[in-house]
Amino acid sequence: MIGFQGAVSEHVSAMERALAGRGSVVEVRRSGVVPDCDGLVLPGGESTTISRHLDRTGTGEEIKHAAGSGVPIMATCAGLVIISSEVERETRFEPLGLLDVKVKRNAFGSQRESFEADIDVAGFQSPYHAVFIRAPAITDRSDRVEVLAKVDGLTVAVREENLIGLAFHPELTTDLRFHDIFLDLVREG
Amino acid sequence: MELDKLRFGTELLKRGFAKMQKGGVIMDVTTAEQAIIAEEAGAVAVMALHAVPADIRKMGGVARMADPKIIQEIIDSVTIPVMAKVRIGHFVEAQILEAIGVDMIDESEVLTPVDEFHVIKSKFTVPFVCGARNLGEALRRIKEGAAMIRTKGEAGTGDVREAVRHMNLIMGQIRTLEGMNEAELTMTARDIQADYTLVCECAEMQRLPVVNFAAGGIATPADAALMMQMKADGVFVGSGIFKSENPSVMARAIVDAVNNYDDPTKLFEISKGLGDPMKGIDIGTIPEEEKLQVRGW
Repeated sequence: MIGFQGAVSEHVSAMERALAGRGSVVEVRRSGVVPDCDGLVLPGGESTTISRHLDRTGTGEEIKHAAGSGVPIMATCAGLVIISSEVERETRFEPLGLLDVKVKRNAFGSQRESFEADIDVAGFQSPYHAVFIRAPAITDRSDRVEVLAKVDGLTVAVREENLIGLAFHPELTTDLRFHDIFLDLVREG
Repeated sequence: MELDKLRFGTELLKRGFAKMQKGGVIMDVTTAEQAIIAEEAGAVAVMALHAVPADIRKMGGVARMADPKIIQEIIDSVTIPVMAKVRIGHFVEAQILEAIGVDMIDESEVLTPVDEFHVIKSKFTVPFVCGARNLGEALRRIKEGAAMIRTKGEAGTGDVREAVRHMNLIMGQIRTLEGMNEAELTMTARDIQADYTLVCECAEMQRLPVVNFAAGGIATPADAALMMQMKADGVFVGSGIFKSENPSVMARAIVDAVNNYDDPTKLFEISKGLGDPMKGIDIGTIPEEEKLQVRGW
């Protein structure tokens, strides 16, 4: 769990519930930990802030290396912005360039426009209740990237091999289906 | 997916927004230029106001919401969330800030109160943060709809003493709830003038049910780390940055200190050679009636 800033404890407890004792979660706040992890989660928070910490500590490079060697990564909200390849209308922020998508920050507006909605997700039997907080959206992607869900025509959930990118917050609800997909990837690895 | 099926302004969204700020530093700014410096340093959000608390103290007079034009300029200049302050009880200033599109409203004792009653925050789509000195005050604000609490401390002093005292009180009062039976919890709720259900939630969770930041007098990286070690979820820094000798260096150091709050060796590196922090005022020299923290109830 990349734990510099944001909804870290919520993500840790959601992941612990999904793991049900079959593994452990560590918070990463310095370099040297990422290489020992079987899966990585980049939580929501403020992407600019988190990315500065990734730069300053060298953790960003470690994440790039892990992603390249096939380690599964689940990135939510700010995490999605961080692992993207390009951020619209942004010159001061450089994403890690792992997931081959272009994202737009605050795609739905400011906090006033934050929303909850039941969305249809590819492969899910029933709708998924998603929480969007100043959420980004995916505005462009390569053919390798599979779209899992859309809201109002905007892509909000994708997968590219070992990478899962979500514009919303699975750690704030009790539905663990995305965690289960992620943990399946970790076990396959 | 039709837009009319979306739900806005729910408690989950408001409290969720506050959770995204955890582990972060929220900095007071008065101009777009300062907001950019704060963002560059790694602030999670900026708080727009017309003057930093230290200057508000000096200037005297009535302190009001900042000029909407400047708030708008700040919103346009950064991608991190922008918060702004309203006077205690001034729900129209709050309506204006919601119309501008700020991400969070601080109903703040730093500005001059207009009412003994606080704004009913649950009526708004935008989330609120409010100051508190003790558990009862924190829970009264949460009952009114606050999605985030901060210690009041004593703003504009650069003296962290009151923030420490308020954090100790809130955390200590929560600890005493552990193991209480229903009757005792009922008595406590009555004594501290707080909602019984919220008191029970604190007893159960052993923390406030919303994000709890430290604020009011934080002026150095060590101050920020101190508040984090006392279990604050993050810190607000007001005058401490733009009243210091080198704001961008101080801002970055405080961000790094919050991230490495439990590592004294790193804190030593972070604290070196930052220039002078804000001069500050010893709280012991401020007469009771001039304290900002006594505003609100």
